[in-house]
Formats: sequence, structure tokens, C-alpha cells
Amino acid sequence: MSDSEDVLATAASWRAAGETVALATVVETWGSSPRPAGSRLAVTASGRMAGSVSGGCIEGAVADAAKQTMASGTPQLLDFGISDERAWEVGLACGGKLKVFVEALS
Amino acid sequence: MTPDLLARLQSARAALQPVALLTRLSDGHQCLWPEDSAPGALAEAAETALRDDAARTVTLDGEAWFVHPQNPPLRLIVVGAVHVAQSLVPMALPLGFAVTVIDPRRAFATEERFTGVTLIGEWPDEAMAALRPDGRTAVVTLTHDPKLDDPALDVALKAPCFYIGALGSRRTHGKRVARLKEMGHGEAAIARIRAPIGLDIEAVTAPEIALSILAEIVAARRGAALARRVPAAEPATA
Repeated sequence: MSDSEDVLATAASWRAAGETVALATVVETWGSSPRPAGSRLAVTASGRMAGSVSGGCIEGAVADAAKQTMASGTPQLLDFGISDERAWEVGLACGGKLKVFVEALS
Repeated sequence: MTPDLLARLQSARAALQPVALLTRLSDGHQCLWPEDSAPGALAEAAETALRDDAARTVTLDGEAWFVHPQNPPLRLIVVGAVHVAQSLVPMALPLGFAVTVIDPRRAFATEERFTGVTLIGEWPDEAMAALRPDGRTAVVTLTHDPKLDDPALDVALKAPCFYIGALGSRRTHGKRVARLKEMGHGEAAIARIRAPIGLDIEAVTAPEIALSILAEIVAARRGAALARRVPAAEPATA
């Protein structure tokens, strides 16, 4: 859990520095997902990222969703998988499926 | 997540308090167990998640909750502020271990040689007893000196540490086994000690030895099925 804790510490320091921050957390995985449930990614409105929710396949799409959540304040539950059109777009090459919860830190 | 909840998560971590972050996925409502109360089934899921150190989603009354255990950091206790320790310590930190180095010899345990870790300049038996190793603790003895290694191993063997490793050749370990038996430890307990320490990767240099030790610690932590080294035989004449 320590790497996800470091993400929280980083998120806290970004927020203290006046950044707008969102947190994304892997909440469920099926098949060969590269990161286990509980893995975290912190994103700022200015585009900084810390941690990861995949091997890099979906971070871009999650960061886009995080920007929406930072603007609206509404959390989102994102589905990524091989049967998901959006996942084809962002290329989840491992063939796994996962759910990512995105929330604003506010 | 509210900044207040984030602060509570961080102070729980600083206080080495295991907590579970509970998130209702439909609306993002969150609470921290056990500080905040949770319905029975959710509290049970939180307890299980902390014990297994594994996050999972559970469904309760048709609502999906994400149960995210936040255990205190894993600990690595290194006995002997020696050359191998200087390689081991900086490699253990990014793996998530809170590291403590014990060595009563002042010349070895210096801030200059070890940054970012807790240094204890006491005798290993007292220092180890005070640290109270638990099931999330790995203990590594590196001094080659029975006066320092043995008392540390004595405490470690009485504790539920998930990993105990002792540097030294098979011959050295054979003598060590005899001494530990004299101290009253049974064969099953002594067999918990990984010796020769580390995965057999033909490590030669200090960083290579550190890598083999940490790989073995990770394997023990994750329950990997690895071929263990042939245990050291006790010398015929002890």
C-alpha cells in the first residue's frame, strides 16, 4: 500500500500548493490488469500526474475524466475493458478489464 | 475526498494505525473505519481487507462500496550497519519499507552512511524488544558477529515476523543453528531463518546481495512459490 500512500502525500502537497487535484483509484479488476485494486493516480488541473492505475494504457483517458470531475465536483466510475469501445480507443492491450473511481480532492 | 478525510488518513498512517477507507461508489460518500462506525457487514469487510491487505469492492443493500485498507508501512529491521546494509537500505525504501538499522558500534551506524532511516545504537536484544516486530516486519541480520546477530534472531524467532534472514555461509549458519538450539529454539522455529540469505542469483557485490535479499523478502511477503536453498546442515561436531 505504500506506493498508493505516497500518491496521497503528493496529492496533499499539490493541494497545499494551491493546485486543483483529483484522485483516481482502481476499484475492481478482471483478467490481466497490470495494477491491483487500490492503485491510485493523482492528477492536477495543470496536468501533473503521480502514481498509476494501469501500465500507462488508460492514464490519458482517466486524466481527461479527472478534469471533468475537477470542474463539476461529481465523482465518476469509469469502465475499461476489451468490450468497451472507449478502451479500444485508448488501447487496453493487456486484454484486462478494470473499473476506476474518479473523485475531486475538495 | 475531502481535505479533512485526507488529513485523517495521513495522521492514521503517521500513528501506524491500520484504517480502511470506505467509498460508496454511487455518490463518492466516504468514511474511515474504525474511527467512523460502519454497518456490520461493511465493518467485517473492512477487517478482512486489512487482514489480507487487499482492496475490494463489496455490495451491501444493493450499494457498491470500495473497501480500501490502509495498513501501516511494512517494516524492515536491519541488524548491522555494514556495507551490505548501505546498499540494502536505499533499495528497501522505494519498496515501501520503513527501515530501522540497529548497530551499537558507533563508527558504523552514522547518519552519513544511512539517510532517511531510523538508526538505533543500542544492543540488538534491547532494541529489537522495543521495536516489537510483528507480522508486517522483516528482520535481516548482517553483522556476522554472534554477539550481535544471535540476540536479534532470538527476539525475531519469538515474534511473528514474515521474514527472518541471516547473512553467513552454510558453515556459519550451522554453528548458529547449534547456538540457537542451546538458547532453547526448536528446529521448526530455526527453519524460519533464511540462510544463506537471499535468492540464489550468484550475487557477489554488496548491491547484488542486497537485491537478492530484497527479492527473497518480496517473495516471502507475496507468498511466491520459490525453491528454497538447501538448508544448512548442522556440523557433526557442534
